[in-house]
Amino acid sequence: TGGDEVVDLSAYKHIWVFAEQREGKLMNVALELIGEGYRLAKEISEDTKVCAVLVGDGVGHLADECYAYGADEVVLIEHPLLKQYTTDAYTKAITDAIEVYKPEIVLYGATHIGRDLAPRIAARCNTGLTADCTRLDVKVSSYIDYANKNTTLDTSTLDPNDTSTGIKQTRPAFGGNLMATIICPRTRPQMSTVRPGVMQKRDKVAGAKGVLTVFKPEIAKDDIHVQIVEIVKSAKEMVSLTDADIICSGGRGLGDASGFELIKKFADKVGGVVGSSRAAVDAGWIDHSHQVGQTGTTVKPKIYFACGISGAIQHLAGMQTSDIIVAINKDADAPMMEMADYAICGDLYKVIPEIIAEWDNAEALYDASTK
Amino acid sequence: MAFKIIVCAKQVPDTNVIKINPKTGTLIRDGVPSILNHDDANALEEALKIKDQYPDTHITVITMGPPQANDLLFECLAKGADEGILISDRAVGGSDTWATSNTLEAAIKKIGHFDLMFAGRQAIDGDTAQVGPQLAEKLGIPQVTYVEEFNMDKNMKDITVKRQMEDGYELIKLQTPCMLTTIKELNKPRYMSMKGIFGQKEMKVWNAKDIEVDLTTVGLEASPTNVFRSFTPAPKGKGVTLEGDTNNDIAKKLLVNLKGKHVI
Ligand SMILES: Cc1cc2nc3c(=O)[nH]c(=O)nc-3n(C[C@H](O)[C@H](O)[C@H](O)COP(=O)(O)OP(=O)(O)OC[C@H]3O[C@@H](n4cnc5c(N)ncnc54)[C@H](O)[C@@H]3O)c2cc1C
Ligand SMILES: Cc1cc2nc3c(=O)[nH]c(=O)nc-3n(C[C@H](O)[C@H](O)[C@H](O)COP(=O)(O)OP(=O)(O)OC[C@H]3O[C@@H](n4cnc5c(N)ncnc54)[C@H](O)[C@@H]3O)c2cc1C
Repeated sequence: TGGDEVVDLSAYKHIWVFAEQREGKLMNVALELIGEGYRLAKEISEDTKVCAVLVGDGVGHLADECYAYGADEVVLIEHPLLKQYTTDAYTKAITDAIEVYKPEIVLYGATHIGRDLAPRIAARCNTGLTADCTRLDVKVSSYIDYANKNTTLDTSTLDPNDTSTGIKQTRPAFGGNLMATIICPRTRPQMSTVRPGVMQKRDKVAGAKGVLTVFKPEIAKDDIHVQIVEIVKSAKEMVSLTDADIICSGGRGLGDASGFELIKKFADKVGGVVGSSRAAVDAGWIDHSHQVGQTGTTVKPKIYFACGISGAIQHLAGMQTSDIIVAINKDADAPMMEMADYAICGDLYKVIPEIIAEWDNAEALYDASTK
Repeated sequence: MAFKIIVCAKQVPDTNVIKINPKTGTLIRDGVPSILNHDDANALEEALKIKDQYPDTHITVITMGPPQANDLLFECLAKGADEGILISDRAVGGSDTWATSNTLEAAIKKIGHFDLMFAGRQAIDGDTAQVGPQLAEKLGIPQVTYVEEFNMDKNMKDITVKRQMEDGYELIKLQTPCMLTTIKELNKPRYMSMKGIFGQKEMKVWNAKDIEVDLTTVGLEASPTNVFRSFTPAPKGKGVTLEGDTNNDIAKKLLVNLKGKHVI
């Protein structure tokens, strides 16, 4: 695997999306990536296609859903030994398919499975992998637009007429203190894992059709070196933080576990989902599945209520792109209060009940205020 | 034969205190403490727990980095590891994860036989969580990532782990040799001991030649990924502080504002 082999880049075409499914249900991030792949394909060329790679056993029925969300093609890889996810079997099946069909780009969700699988495939293909991306661009001009709007990057050194089609993969590093844009100029496919919840799904087009390709994987029992004894779901439902329009998050400022009863009441009232800081998880007040931030979930709701959360950089890394941030904190100087669109300095136990009490009057209050 | 464990550990800047120069998009390193990467402390701790139980276990900590990464090895030895190896060479500088795993692979091949390898799930600076799996691939051994519970049979061969998932866990069985990446839920790292600090331990420094790594597969030039640009996120404009005579007034103001923005 010498590093000086020259790869014929032009032999690689189209965008692949690992359409992660669990127990026969597509993960949301798979649909988000199909949407993003669709957008990127258009940036590359008219004839570039987005192709969903469905891996499992008896998962063919999911192809229609992939088409409905924008996939032009589905590569279906089925085998009894692919029923449950194992690193060994999935790596082999997907790498073999990559070698046959030569996609230009492969995108994976940065889930616990995607982050286990993608590095293994990238190593086997001897290509680059960019982790945990939050933004992808092909056209330099769209990268410049993004950078001008959202970053401190000096874009004067970039040429908007540059026609190279390498993918620019932007990701947070150093706990969110720094953003880096990574390229993969010499090897193919270009691969990225992408954070769930940041890319846009396309509107569903019921009945949409695409091209199905069946790839027969060669997998034997001996290829798999682990045995999945049991898959245990926590009693709680999977917290759908990434889909929530409103998130009510509590932190150490709640003081104790019972504080989440108030947060739950708040979330129920506003039709939101309960989130938390890591400090609250570490204190044992709430399950890790609720954690927002660098080592939790990245979220982008319409409204993020941060209640008793100071705003450590690792927490901000997971929620700073929320449309509107409301901070409720005793400390007017807490970083979250600086970050917030609306900062309320006060005791959350006094403020939240008032918001709950007035919530249903919002319309009337607004009308009164505009008179 | 003694049970041999390799722990991969990385020295990282403490991201709680680092500052980035917003103009150049580079790290201001002055005065920023370097620490043992959090997840790697859990990796070492799990190895030490095995050694507590089976004292003739031999633990080698391996790190790739600049000369001062020696501090990390000192810390790991003071916690109870037996041997520390630093791979330090300008030729491996600027490596991405593919190239980093090539270097570590070469060093581990030089070490020779091992039974078990631990890495942290993720380093807090590069944040990719890729080096562990890529190294396992190159060494041709199975992996389990996100390990939150570890058990090994007395036969020192059969391993059962819990792998953390977003909504629960998987119970997985596998056999040595294998590579496991660790998360903070796995254990609570111990402190350095006096005996460890003053004890005689082995520390080695290897360069690229020592590990006989193919120089076309390491370093900045060989890395398939390159940093194209780096920058800081744009600071968000200062929002408004809502004030009022009573909490009820403040709550009403908030709702009027949210309604005005059409988000509720
Ligand atoms: C590698 C690494 C990864 C991390 N990943 C994450 C992550 O993913 N997510 C995350 O959240 N953190 C993460 N952290 C932890 C992070 O650094 C902070 O420690 C954590 O976010 C703090 O949580 P907090 O804001 O709830 O607690 P604190 O920082 O203690 O803040 C509590 C806040 O509550 C306020 N308060 C107290 N009482 C009240 C009251 N009655 N009413 C109103 N306000 C009140 C206080 O003024 C204070 O601002 C990570 C850390 C590291 C090192
Ligand atoms: C801003 C920025 C962004 C980057 N983005 C990417 C990217 O998207 N893709 C990419 O391939 N590279 C990337 N890199 C390069 C990457 O940081 C380095 O390759 C680094 O050497 C290893 O990656 P990591 O820090 O992410 O480690 P991780 O893969 O997160 O580390 C996981 C575990 O591997 C072990 N390990 C990691 N490094 C070492 C080491 N030096 N010595 C011993 N054990 C180690 C540790 O056990 C660690 O806990 C980036 C670098 C920077 C500065």
